[in-house]
Amino acid sequence: MRPKIKIGVTGLNAIDNPGPGVAVIRGLLEASSFEASIIGLAYESLEPGIYMHDIVDRTYQIPYPTSGTDLLLERLTYIHEKESLDVIIPNFDAELFSFIKLEPKLKKMGINMFMPTLDQFEERLKVNLPKFGKKYNINVPKSESIYSVADFRKHKDDFEWPIVVKGKHYDAKIAYNKDQLQTHFNKISAKWGLPIIIQEFKHGSEFNVTGVGDGNGNTLSAVPMRKQYITEIGKAWGGIAITDSKLLDLTHHFIKETKWRGAFELELMKNKDGKFYLLEINPRIPAWVYLAVGVGQNIPELIVNLALGNEVEPITTFKAGKMFIRYSWEMIVDIEEFEKISTTGEL
Amino acid sequence: MNINKNIAVSDSGFVFNPTTGESYTVNPIGVEIIEMLKQEKSINEINQVLIGRYNADIVTIDKDVSDFINLLKLYSLIENQNAA
Amino acid sequence: MDKFRYERPLIKKLESSMPNKFGMRTEYAPKTHIDGVAVADLISKYGSPVFVLSEKTIRSNVRKARKAFETRYPKVQFAWSYKTNYMDAVCRTFHQEGSWAEVVSGFEYDKAIHNGVEGSKIIFNGPDKSDDDLHKAISNNSIIHIDHFDEFYAIKEIATNLNITAKVAIRVNMDTGIYPMWDRFGFNFENGQAWDALNKIMRSDVMELVGLHTHIGTFMLSPNAYSVAAYKLAELAIGVREKYNHEVNYIDMGGGFASNNTLKGGYLPGVDISPSINEFAEAITSALINSNFRPDKLPLLILETGRALVDDAGFLLGSVLSNKRLSDGRRSTILDIGVNILFTSFWYDHKITPAQPFTQYTEETVLYGPLCMNIDVIREQISLPLLNKGDHVVIHNVGAYNMTQWMQFITLRPKIVMIDIDGKPHVIREGESLQNLLDVEKVPEHLEKFEL
Repeated sequence: MRPKIKIGVTGLNAIDNPGPGVAVIRGLLEASSFEASIIGLAYESLEPGIYMHDIVDRTYQIPYPTSGTDLLLERLTYIHEKESLDVIIPNFDAELFSFIKLEPKLKKMGINMFMPTLDQFEERLKVNLPKFGKKYNINVPKSESIYSVADFRKHKDDFEWPIVVKGKHYDAKIAYNKDQLQTHFNKISAKWGLPIIIQEFKHGSEFNVTGVGDGNGNTLSAVPMRKQYITEIGKAWGGIAITDSKLLDLTHHFIKETKWRGAFELELMKNKDGKFYLLEINPRIPAWVYLAVGVGQNIPELIVNLALGNEVEPITTFKAGKMFIRYSWEMIVDIEEFEKISTTGEL
Repeated sequence: MNINKNIAVSDSGFVFNPTTGESYTVNPIGVEIIEMLKQEKSINEINQVLIGRYNADIVTIDKDVSDFINLLKLYSLIENQNAA
Repeated sequence: MDKFRYERPLIKKLESSMPNKFGMRTEYAPKTHIDGVAVADLISKYGSPVFVLSEKTIRSNVRKARKAFETRYPKVQFAWSYKTNYMDAVCRTFHQEGSWAEVVSGFEYDKAIHNGVEGSKIIFNGPDKSDDDLHKAISNNSIIHIDHFDEFYAIKEIATNLNITAKVAIRVNMDTGIYPMWDRFGFNFENGQAWDALNKIMRSDVMELVGLHTHIGTFMLSPNAYSVAAYKLAELAIGVREKYNHEVNYIDMGGGFASNNTLKGGYLPGVDISPSINEFAEAITSALINSNFRPDKLPLLILETGRALVDDAGFLLGSVLSNKRLSDGRRSTILDIGVNILFTSFWYDHKITPAQPFTQYTEETVLYGPLCMNIDVIREQISLPLLNKGDHVVIHNVGAYNMTQWMQFITLRPKIVMIDIDGKPHVIREGESLQNLLDVEKVPEHLEKFEL
């Protein structure tokens, strides 16, 4: 009989800029090695996953990372007392740092996770990407951190218009001239602070890889995908699993060199000479992970087994010729449910 | 002082205005005040009930109740402003 | 019949939003006691507002810091940074714990002497040292960290006249990969200025080069920058040994370690992201040990840590003066604590908690000070329980830079109380009185009288 495992999952915001939570849950529910029951962990009362009772047993609101890890730990302790969680899979970018910090404490309480180390988390930050590329011998677009538009003058001979203007944590905009750089600089720095990262604009097509590293340099899973349809805000609305060996080699190289621990998503650009450039590394499961599940690599299941310290075998193959097409869908919800999560923080 | 009679107030302090679709949370003393407004009690009467029940002086209660009622107006939960 | 505890009525609109960066910070747990003393008692005895310092926390911070460095490196010396908090009681607590004095003005120098610190255990930093100050420091055998060439020549002349060898070091500024680079203090490493200064000192017969000093920035969140700085100072020290066969006694890494405060605009709270003293210690000591110093000739490591040792030992207690509704419906709360006594509120989002229990209901509030000035804002936005007039609040992490940078403005500055290790409060600075201010004022005779 399959063991019963209770798993807390965040990122239930399955909206047009989706959090990965709901896709992760679908993978967990299809796991063959255990029978999952799901506890949703939400920040806002309108996250759709809260109301999906066929896949989420119960949801608890948790405090934003800005409240500090002490408060988060206090809330998780309360939830754990009621639910006896075995595993938590955090999926929300801004919370990863806090969960990585809390990993040893949660472990002592009996809640298991399989996260990147703090060093891995910080090394791959956007501001550190040039260093990262150099250290691990991975092609990255040229980029510089600037603290004012005037700073750009020092680097202007190294760049050609257009350039990509990026925030420390989020946001990326393309500037075709200095005026646009100024506008984007002001807007993004007002929201995310300094520095602003300016990056060489790479023409080409976008590829993503999701996978799992075991923390010792071995690849346990890797599925490359080419985005087929991209929304106005740059999210994949459709994508196809591909078997590009260059992409897989690059992924193995990345995992081997960094000894990556946990799930990740690589965002890459392939230029017309067929060369791949690494644009970003997300230290978590991506929202399109259900494609990986669909082609035979159940990444959420792997993460749970790794968190629990179970033996896992690398998954090296997948079914080619599968694609995902995302769709949106309206649920009808009674206001009483919204009332309950809004006033008690539980549903 | 006409509070919108359609407004649903639950024990948990959840207030839903079906006319506008807006919802609010209210603390227990706020729920009491809304209930009294529904019973068409005047501000004066409300203040008297509260002073009898809570450990606070009339100045504080008077000030806080009128602030609360102003917020109800701001949120259009009170329909007109005829003095009670 | 007992009446219920009063809480003011509250209605909050439910905003429908999705997770984003700007989740409100909530600081729930009430802080009712400091080192066992009730906040309410402190306020009733010493007034509101009042600064409270915990001697216990100071001592435990400095012991932890010493342990962090001493377990990793054989010779360590802390020097208390006077400008961070130069209340005599605070300075003496640090001196009792073995810290030397680090001063940046003639005033601070005199204060250290007044506190009974031996001249040779005072480090004199900063760009402003008058001839009188230098005269005093050289005569007392204090260590002078030279900031610029004008100072070098002044020392040379004064030491020659006194016929005393001045003990000096240079302050070195350098690129450690952090922004902004503090190149306004001392001599630059990369462009050769530092070597120029060292050559001048080594060729002077009235100066002895005893150490090398740097201070790379303030509120540093990157231990690695210290590692870079330590390597560069070690490189200079070894260069001096090779060129002049002269060993410097010490490397002074300055201060700048971050405290648990949250910088404005920061996303995660400081308490989660500020590196621990152990991380700084590891970065600095491993850089020195891995440099080319001979293991038996490792220089003394001096640290001028200020903020990280005293910030969390300081609390500012105050009271709610009034609650007000702003024109756009936002709640505002006026405290009796203004930016004139909480100078650090210009760059931190200070943690603020009520000093009494409360329910789970909270409201987003702007916190204003009592000054009749628009800039008097303690927090632009904070989610707080429902505070009534007269309720008390505790502002955390105010031990550094407030009791030295505060301003007497509009009103008088409050008392400072220190709670000793047995939990007994002592006034360590009286509240100011009108007379204190009149004592230093003078009115010209023709302005003395008037009729209205």
